[in-house]
Amino acid sequence: MANIYVANRQIVKPGDLLAEGDDVTAGSYTYKVGSKVYGTVIGLAEVKENAVSIIPLEGIVVPREGDLVIGVVVGVGITNWFIDIRAPYKAVLNASEAVEQFNPLTDDIRKYLDVGDYILAKILIFDRSRGPVLTTKAKGLGKIVEGVVVDVKPSRVPRIVGKKKTMLEALTSSTNCNITVAVNGRIWIKCPNSLLEDIVIRAIRKIESEAHIPGLTDRIRKFIEDEKRRVGIR
Amino acid sequence: MSSRPTLIGENGLRHDHRRPDELRPIKMEVGVLKNADGSALVEFGNTKVIAAVYGPREPPAKYMLSPEKAIVRCRYHMAPFSTIERKSPAPSRREIELSKVIREALESAIFTELFPRSAIDIFIEVLQADGGTRTAGLTAASLALADAGVPMRDLIAAVAVGKVDGVIVLDIDEVEDEYGEADMPIGIMPSINQVVLLQLNGVMTREEFDIAMDLAMKGVSEIYRLQKEALSKKYMLYTEE
Repeated sequence: MANIYVANRQIVKPGDLLAEGDDVTAGSYTYKVGSKVYGTVIGLAEVKENAVSIIPLEGIVVPREGDLVIGVVVGVGITNWFIDIRAPYKAVLNASEAVEQFNPLTDDIRKYLDVGDYILAKILIFDRSRGPVLTTKAKGLGKIVEGVVVDVKPSRVPRIVGKKKTMLEALTSSTNCNITVAVNGRIWIKCPNSLLEDIVIRAIRKIESEAHIPGLTDRIRKFIEDEKRRVGIR
Repeated sequence: MSSRPTLIGENGLRHDHRRPDELRPIKMEVGVLKNADGSALVEFGNTKVIAAVYGPREPPAKYMLSPEKAIVRCRYHMAPFSTIERKSPAPSRREIELSKVIREALESAIFTELFPRSAIDIFIEVLQADGGTRTAGLTAASLALADAGVPMRDLIAAVAVGKVDGVIVLDIDEVEDEYGEADMPIGIMPSINQVVLLQLNGVMTREEFDIAMDLAMKGVSEIYRLQKEALSKKYMLYTEE
């Protein structure tokens, strides 16, 4: 008896009636009043059997524990750094979570990370009573010393990764670039040369502005091939 | 009062040739400001209002924060050039009150509990005032919030109804507000049918109130349709290329 009123990938707006029925599940960015399910943001509807959710096209993403984020150091304390992770909350990275055997009496914390440095980190603890606490104690985490970091709308991250990472695969396989996408909308790109780097950045911008139009992965593959031919790389 | 204008003519039309149940020409545009997370420009005839939304973000002072929900801060302000006589840019008693009323209306629409210890800032700037600025402001603010991707129960569509020369009319302007008998701004979340703002200045009988409410509902459904259209238009641009 579930009635779903929207098509998959249709653009929906706040207050749109998405579905009706007692057995319909209201997924992310939707809510249920009685038996009616309404949308809460502007985004693309995702319809599964008896379940409706929305992939938002705008807005911020509040990271969760275990998420990978790229942050910028904005402040230095005695034994910790303050990190901007593009969330409403300022994150903290304790020296003990970044450096082995740190001693504030003998060691200068700025030697390791200073204001303006980019870091790849993981959210260690984040609950409702405190701001997020980061860690860089894992393989591949830590200060970003090469490549470029580009900012995109956090709501576009799922599209840049793509379903089963197809989009990310399209971006990396034909360019030999190393791309790390963080949930907070920062993307770290390491490329063999600056021409490829430029193509990847422009491809990402294209994904960002066309996120709501179907058939994007194929268009991006074609875009990269066309651009490579244009600048003369094989 | 030197000369009181005729508000309802012999043909039953209003001073600006509108029927009693007719809205002024409405224009809406979303995403007009680059720096803001969300923005909207709304025009009701000569009334022109811009709204900007920032956040949810870290507020400047920690003491304001609530551990349970995002705080909503709202500033309704009239530009010094928005009226015929210069308005002092300092916030007046009226503007402070309207900021509060609009904030409370928006708070009932936003899912503030999703963003504890953060702040959502809403700025409403009246560029040109010709009556119905609070309702135009509320309409613009809810559009800007949707543009910023802040989750909310529904868009808010707002309109003022009033009584002039004994006739209940929709979307009153400055002249009708000044010389009419009653002015009733209403803000509604149409799809879940909830009233979020209701004020009444002047006198109406119980029956007149019911008629006014019905008229407002009619106006609101049209405004709501235009709001949805304005939001779609932003994404239409890319689709057509």
